[in-house]
Amino acid sequence: MWEGMISGMATGITTTLIPINIAMVLFGCFSGSLIGMLPGLGPITAVALMIPVTYGLEPTTGMVLLAGVYYGAIFGGSTSSILINAPGEAATVATAIDGYPLARQGYPGKALAIAAYSSFSGGTIAVVLLMFFAPMLASVAKSFQSADYFALMILGLTAVSAFAGRGRVLKALLMVVLGLMLATVGTDQTSGVQRFTFGSLELLDGIEFLLLAMATFALTEALLLVLKRDPSSDSFKPKTIGFKSLKVTGKEFKLIAPSVLRSSLLGFFIGVLPGAGATLGSFMSYGMERNLAPPEEQKKFGKGSLRGLAAPETGNNAASSGSFVPLLTLGIPGSGTTAVMLGALIAYGIEPGPRMFVERPDVFWGVIMSMYLGNVFLLILNLPLIPYFARLLAIPRNLMVPIILFFSLMGVYLVTFNDFDIMMMVFFCIAALAFRLMNFPMAPLLLGFILGGLMEDNLRRSLMIYDESMSFMWERPITLVINVCTIFILSLPLIRSMLTKAKDTR
Amino acid sequence: MKKRHLLFLTTFLLTGLLGFTVMASTAAASEVEEIHFLIPGGAGGGWDGTARGVGKALLDSGLIEEASFENMSGGGGGKALNHLISTATRQENTLLVNSTPIIIRSLTGVFPQSFRDLTPIASVIADYAALVVPTDSKYQSLEEVIADFKNDPRSVKVAGGSVKGGMDHLVPAMIFEAAGVDPLQLVYVPYDAGGKAMAGLLSGDTQLLSTGFGEAVGLANQGEVRILVVTSAERLSQAPDVPTVKEAGYDVTFANWRGFFAIPELNPAKAEAYRAVLKEMYDKPEWEEIRSQRGWQNLYQPGDEFFTFLEKQEQDIGGMMRKLGFIQ
Repeated sequence: MWEGMISGMATGITTTLIPINIAMVLFGCFSGSLIGMLPGLGPITAVALMIPVTYGLEPTTGMVLLAGVYYGAIFGGSTSSILINAPGEAATVATAIDGYPLARQGYPGKALAIAAYSSFSGGTIAVVLLMFFAPMLASVAKSFQSADYFALMILGLTAVSAFAGRGRVLKALLMVVLGLMLATVGTDQTSGVQRFTFGSLELLDGIEFLLLAMATFALTEALLLVLKRDPSSDSFKPKTIGFKSLKVTGKEFKLIAPSVLRSSLLGFFIGVLPGAGATLGSFMSYGMERNLAPPEEQKKFGKGSLRGLAAPETGNNAASSGSFVPLLTLGIPGSGTTAVMLGALIAYGIEPGPRMFVERPDVFWGVIMSMYLGNVFLLILNLPLIPYFARLLAIPRNLMVPIILFFSLMGVYLVTFNDFDIMMMVFFCIAALAFRLMNFPMAPLLLGFILGGLMEDNLRRSLMIYDESMSFMWERPITLVINVCTIFILSLPLIRSMLTKAKDTR
Repeated sequence: MKKRHLLFLTTFLLTGLLGFTVMASTAAASEVEEIHFLIPGGAGGGWDGTARGVGKALLDSGLIEEASFENMSGGGGGKALNHLISTATRQENTLLVNSTPIIIRSLTGVFPQSFRDLTPIASVIADYAALVVPTDSKYQSLEEVIADFKNDPRSVKVAGGSVKGGMDHLVPAMIFEAAGVDPLQLVYVPYDAGGKAMAGLLSGDTQLLSTGFGEAVGLANQGEVRILVVTSAERLSQAPDVPTVKEAGYDVTFANWRGFFAIPELNPAKAEAYRAVLKEMYDKPEWEEIRSQRGWQNLYQPGDEFFTFLEKQEQDIGGMMRKLGFIQ
């Protein structure tokens, strides 16, 4: 196994060091940071927007680019959280809790620098873990049968409904169900029967995942930028913040180092859970650090604590790397963003799953090894450039919105060349907009959609294999272990609600 | 102004990259100097690969001067079929790529048209079907599988990468029927792609896998699976040790062909010109390179020969689908 890992790493390094791949890591990190920084645009949107750019590329190069966009966007999201208290998306909400007060107290440069260092460390430590755990899981996953996959999908779904809502559990659940329903449109895999196609040829192949992702995220976010004028981002004047001090003292490094280490580990393992992802990684890390801090430090949490800033920033980056484990080894998305990346992999003609590790080691290892490079690039890119990047926050919406709309619509059209898809996209965008205005979260819908199809297929396969009996749920050891995990995770919202309560009473 | 520069730069970069993928499509009329390939599926699928591979070989070897490609997915290929027929008058230079599913989907009524509504030009390549077991399986031959199946039909389940009633289901059903067992007793477990079905076989989901020979030969060479039989008429040069179904004593052959069709009632001279240019392609090194790279088998059947082949395949598939209850 070690031999395989070393030769795999070598494959990964040589793949990463191809000039075009280096360029794409850089380009991905750069554009990811930029898009992620814009208020309202998170990693899902960033990745979905960049998918069309990757069509002409080799699968490895495309994935390397998208991975760069992903962690770049999480990196960039912290900038808007810290400077204007407008998190790009859920994963950087916890960053704003301590980051924004720090910036207000006159240390925006220090806050950004700490965020950058923490992100870098979290990302890098998680990649090391990824390197060890992914091949291990991939070799175990070869013996995963349909029954185990079915149990894994349920695990993924419960995790989604428990976490993605952040206090909107019922709404999240409803969105999961809607996603499951949308997944049934098209030709039924098992019997070949057409379902919910309304006799139309156009719906025969079901709904394209990328289309749904673009419609519910990129298009909707763009329109929300118009509809919801966020006063805090309008009033932001980048020039009023001085960036003289990006310096972090040795004492401060010492203070945050243990937090960074703990949050990296916690974030990574949360990221590995199907369905959880960066949001939970950042919140759990923040909560853990708060609970571990000595009383006098604990008082500073929420008022500009360095540890309170470092923990979620480390956690979300570590979790985003962690979510590549189920994606690369099982072909199951660990988060909404990796769900979009799964769609991209399929579009490249690669079947994600345990066989990818054997059949496309270049993709598998290339993506992992490129993440080292990407984290270094992000640090180098962001530290000196933060003051300039921050000016992007002042781009007028009347330029931004049409650009996003154009790239989203073209992006989908260029995959299928089907004009009906454009209309379907507009329809889903309008529906999603209505849901968004009513405060329904969209990520559960996407996960429900992508997990739903897999869940149904695997259940029906298991039933055929076990002669129409559900006994595999408790008779197969692997399935049983996964089911126990599901029950454990179902009890986690209790812990989370206790955490939120603690936060509210501060 | 700085921020504007940044923005324009980003836009510029994105537009430039996007430009890679945008393809121009042109068409005009004359002898076969140019071909417009109509692909009924999206980028990256089997149809896409065939059309672009053939187009590239024809172009690089100088047999034609211009090739253009148009992807039009939707309706399981029905949308492109419809489009070609309804705009036939201006589609003289268009070749529609298709494969075995056109027969299956006409039979099930996914779309009302069939290959008879078009001008069959020629089949170009084929992948034969194969029955596969893991290397550590107890089965060494098809006969052993059939014997076990006769004892207990539930002890042998078959995985495949197509829907129930699709190609990977029909092939083992035909073989089992020829062996004298009721194909309705066959438990076929569908996966959404050939690779997933292969993973299912290797994880122990099922005992047998029905797939394309091309998809299995790589893993067979790596020693992970064993190919029990192929459905070609003769043994294949890439796997001379693998017997055909016929050798095993069951009279079944099956080829998943890929080929080209032109508009209905195409001028016969033009149709022959297409056939001639495709025939010439087989001798060119440019084609051989693409063919071997993709692991394709040549299967050139022009015009009437192609039509007869399609009719026979329609009969074989239709008969089995009727038995399995997928069509009336």
